[in-house]
Amino acid sequence: MKQMLSREPFALLAFSLVILTMPIWLAPLGANYPDLLQKFTIYAIFAMGFNILFGLTGYLSFGHAAFLGIGSYAAVWSFKLFTMNVLPALFFGVAFSGLFALLIGFISLRRSGIYFSILTLAFAQMCYNLAYSVLTPITNGETGLQLTLQDPRIIDRALAEPGKGLPSTELFGLSMSGYSGFYFCAVVLIVCFFISRRIFYSPFGLTLRGIKSNQSRMNYTGFNTRPYTLTAFVISGMFAGLAGSLLAVTDPLAGAERMQWTASGEVVLMTILGGVGTLIGPMLGAWIIKYFENIFSAFNPETLQSFFSFLPEGLRTVAVDVSSLFVGEGWHLTLGVLFMLIVIFLPGGVMEGWRRITRRFGGGSGTKPASSPNAAVQPAE
Amino acid sequence: MDAIFLQFLNGLDKGGAYALIALGLTLVFGTLGVVNFAHGALFMLGAFCAVTFNKFLSYELVVLDETKKTAWGTAVEIRTPYIEAWFGDFGTQILNYSVPISILVAIPVMLLIGVSMERGLIKHFYKRPHADQILVTFGLAIVIQEVIKHYFGANPIPQSAPDIVSGSANIGAWLGLSDNIVYPWWRLVYFGFSALIIGAVFAFLQFTTYGMVVRAGMRDSETVGMLGINIERRFTVVFGIAAVVAGLAGVMYTPILPPDFHMGMDFLVLSFVVVVVGGMGSLSGAVLAGFLLGILQSFASMNEITSIFPGIDQIIIYLVAVVILLTMPRGLMGREGVMEE
Amino acid sequence: MANSVLHVADVHKSFGGLQALSDVDLNVEEGTTHAIIGPNGAGKSTLLNVCVGRIKPDSGHVVFNGEVLDAHTPDEINQLGVSRVFQTPEIFPDLTLLDNVMIPAFAHRDGSFSLRPFSKLRHETTIRQEAEQVLSDVGLEALQTREAASLSRGDKRRLELAMCLIQRPKLLLLDEPTAGMARHDTNRTVDLLKTIKARGMTKVIIEHDMHVVFSLADKISVLAQGRIIASGTPDEIKGNPKVQEAYLGGAQ
Repeated sequence: MKQMLSREPFALLAFSLVILTMPIWLAPLGANYPDLLQKFTIYAIFAMGFNILFGLTGYLSFGHAAFLGIGSYAAVWSFKLFTMNVLPALFFGVAFSGLFALLIGFISLRRSGIYFSILTLAFAQMCYNLAYSVLTPITNGETGLQLTLQDPRIIDRALAEPGKGLPSTELFGLSMSGYSGFYFCAVVLIVCFFISRRIFYSPFGLTLRGIKSNQSRMNYTGFNTRPYTLTAFVISGMFAGLAGSLLAVTDPLAGAERMQWTASGEVVLMTILGGVGTLIGPMLGAWIIKYFENIFSAFNPETLQSFFSFLPEGLRTVAVDVSSLFVGEGWHLTLGVLFMLIVIFLPGGVMEGWRRITRRFGGGSGTKPASSPNAAVQPAE
Repeated sequence: MDAIFLQFLNGLDKGGAYALIALGLTLVFGTLGVVNFAHGALFMLGAFCAVTFNKFLSYELVVLDETKKTAWGTAVEIRTPYIEAWFGDFGTQILNYSVPISILVAIPVMLLIGVSMERGLIKHFYKRPHADQILVTFGLAIVIQEVIKHYFGANPIPQSAPDIVSGSANIGAWLGLSDNIVYPWWRLVYFGFSALIIGAVFAFLQFTTYGMVVRAGMRDSETVGMLGINIERRFTVVFGIAAVVAGLAGVMYTPILPPDFHMGMDFLVLSFVVVVVGGMGSLSGAVLAGFLLGILQSFASMNEITSIFPGIDQIIIYLVAVVILLTMPRGLMGREGVMEE
Repeated sequence: MANSVLHVADVHKSFGGLQALSDVDLNVEEGTTHAIIGPNGAGKSTLLNVCVGRIKPDSGHVVFNGEVLDAHTPDEINQLGVSRVFQTPEIFPDLTLLDNVMIPAFAHRDGSFSLRPFSKLRHETTIRQEAEQVLSDVGLEALQTREAASLSRGDKRRLELAMCLIQRPKLLLLDEPTAGMARHDTNRTVDLLKTIKARGMTKVIIEHDMHVVFSLADKISVLAQGRIIASGTPDEIKGNPKVQEAYLGGAQ
C-alpha cells in the first residue's frame, strides 16, 4: 500500500479522491457546507506553499500574509477592470504576488535566521500599513476593495450587456459560488499538490533540504544557495498569491487585514501543527485550524448552557464560565493554547504524532526510519 | 526649527518605551538565548496592573441620601470611592496618583509573572531551536492577550496622569527658544523615567558582581556555567528583571496610550525591529536604536515630510530596519555570530 | 618539476594583533600528497580556510590551476575543483547518508545553480549508483538509509570524505581526517587515502598523527607561528633540526 502510494499516479489519484469527496466524508463532522470547504482548500494551498519555503529551506518568513493580500487585491482588480471570469484573476493574483515575492525575497534573503524573519515581517507590515493609508486609491483602505456597479469590466461589457446588480464570479458561465466554487478550488489544490510533490521529490527539493540542514556546507559543496532559496521564496509567494486570489474568487472582496502579521502567524501555526517539511502535514494543519475556528467561534453562552445541561446547577455555571473563555470571541485563546501544546509536546506536528502511532502499532523494526523522502521513494528496486 | 525640536521631543517618550522593551528583550536573548515573543505581553500586563490598581482604588461606596430626591422620586445616590471615604483628602490624592503608585504594585506582580513564566515554560526551551522558542512564546502571547481581553474587554481603558503633571510644560520658554514649544508634562516624566530605569539596569549590570556574572553569561554562558556558578538561577532573575522593566514601561505608558489587549503585540513587533536594528545581543544597541527609531518615527509624521512622501510615517521604522540590516548585517552594535546559523 | 596545482603566494593574514599567517609560500604539485604539520595554533587551518575562500588573505594570492582565487566565493572555488573535509565534520545531519552524498554529486554535475524543480529524484539512477559506490568505498554502505546525525564521529568523517570524493575534485583538502578515530578506523582511512592517491588525486592534508603523515605524504611543509619553517620530502623533514626545535621548543 505504502509503496503503491509512493508512485506518482497513485498518489495523485488517492489525493484527488480524498479532496473531491470531502463533501461526503466531512458530512458527519458537520463541515460539509461550501463556505467552509472552500476555506479548507484555499488555506491548504497557502500552508502548502509556505511549507515549500519554511519546511524545505528552514527560512521562517513572518510576512507571508502580504502575498495573500496582494493576490486578493490583484484578483479583485481583475474582476473590476476586465472580467468576472476567474482564470485571469488567478493569473494576475499569482503574477503580482510572484513579482512582489521576487523583490522582497531578493532583499530579505541576503540575511538568514531571525534577521530574515524580521525583514519579511517588516516588508509585510509596510504593505499592510500602506494599504491602509496612502494606497487607499488602490486598496480602498479600511472598507476594503469591493465590486461596484461603476466598474468598467471592459471584457465582459464588450461581450454582453451587463445585468442588473453586482455580477458574481464565474468560470465560462459556471458560477463560482457554493459547491461549484469548492470544486474549482479543489481542482486548483490538486494541481498545487502535484507541483508541491514534484518539488519535494526532485533534486531541487533535496538541494533545499541541504540548505536547511547545513547551509555553509552547501557553499563549500559548490552550490550558490541564494538563487535556490529565492526560487523557493517566489514559488511559495505565488502559492500564497494563488490562495489570496481564490479567496477573492469565492468572495470578491479584499481587505488589508488579510496582510496583517497575525495572518502570517496563522499560516506558520498551520504548518507547524500539521508537520513542518512534510508533504500533506501543512494541509492537515490548515484543515484542523479552520475546522475548529468554525466550531469554536460559533459557540455562545446559550449553546454552552445546553451543552453542559447534564451537570448540576453550580458545576454547570463553572463549566460554562471556564469554557466560555475558549469559544466564540475567545477562539483565539484556544488557538494560542493549541499552539503552545503542539510546540511543547509534539514539535513534529500531527504527522509526527501519526508516525509515532504507526511505529508503535506497526513495524517494530530496529532501524530508525529516515525522515527524508528519498528513502520513501526508493522501494527495493 | 521649533517644529523640528518639538518632533524631537515627541519622539523621546515613544523612543523610551521602545528602548525599555527592547532592553528586556535583549537581556533575555543575550543571557538565556531565548527569542521571547511574549515580551510585548509583559508590557501590556504592566499597563493592566495600573488599570487594575486604579479600578481597585475606585470601588465606590454608595450612600443613599433620602433628603434629596431625583426627578424619578428615588433617593439620590452619593458615590464616593472607598478610599476617599476612609482616608479623606489623602485618599483623593492616592487616587490621583494611582498610575505612579501602581509601580509599587507592578514590581512584585511582574517579578512573579516573569519568574513563573521562566520556570514554567521558557526554561524548557533553552536547548530548542530558535524557531520553537518563537512559536511557543508567540502562542503564550496570544493566550495572555486573550485572557486580558476576556476580563477587561476589547476597548482601550484611559488612565489619567496625576493632576500636577496633567498640563504642558513650556519648554521653549525655558530654553529661550520660543513660546510655541509646549510639551505634555507626563511625556517628559516618561522620558525621565525610562532614562532612570535604563540607567538602573546598566548600573546593576556594571557595578554589581551579580551583574558581572550576567554580562559574562551574555558573552559565554558555557564557560560561566563551568566556573561553578549557578547560571540557571541567575537566568530566572534576569528574566524577572526583564519582565519588571517591560511592566514598568507599560505602567507609566498608560496615560499616554490608553491600554488595550493588543498593545503588547503592536509594541512587540516594533521592539523586535528595534532589537534587530540595534544588533541582537547588544544592550546599548537596543537603547540607542529605541530612541533613534522613536525620534525618526516622530519626524516622519511631520506634515512637511508626509506631503513629500505620503505614508512615510507608517513605514519609516520598517524602512530604516531594512536599510540598516542590508548595510550593517548585524545591526548598529551587534556582535559577530549571534543568531546567524 | 611537475605541474603546480595549488600555489599559495606570499599570503599574510592577521586577526587583530595576531599574525596567523605571514609570508606563507606553498607549492602543491599535481598528483602529490602534501602534508602540512605544525604545533597547535600554527595557522594550519587558517591556511586551508584561505584556500577555500572562507577567509580572504590580507595580502598575497592563492592560485589554483592558473586561476587566482581571491575574488571567488566558496561555491565558485568548489566548482573549480577544490573540495574540503573540515576539522569538525560538516555534513547534513538530518538527511540520510545517501542524500548526503547525492547532494554534492548534483553540484558536481549541474553546477552551482540549476533550476529543474520538477525533474524526479527517482530517475537519477546514475547518481544514486555513484553515491552507493562511494559510500561502499568509505565503508558506510550498510548505513545508507540512516540519518547522518546518528553516526559516530569517525563515521561522520568518512561520510564527509565520501561527499568530497563523489565530486572527483582536482584538489582535496583534508583537515585532520583521522582525528578522534580509533586505530582500526585510522588504518582504514589511511588505506582509503592511499587508494585515492593511486588514482592521481592531488591532496593537501593537515595531520597530527605522524604515522599517517609519513605513510601518505610525498612532501611535508612545517608551519610554526604562521610561517613555513621547512618544506621537503619526509626524509628531509625528519632530519631537519629547525623542525625538531619547533616541536620540542614549543612544548617546553
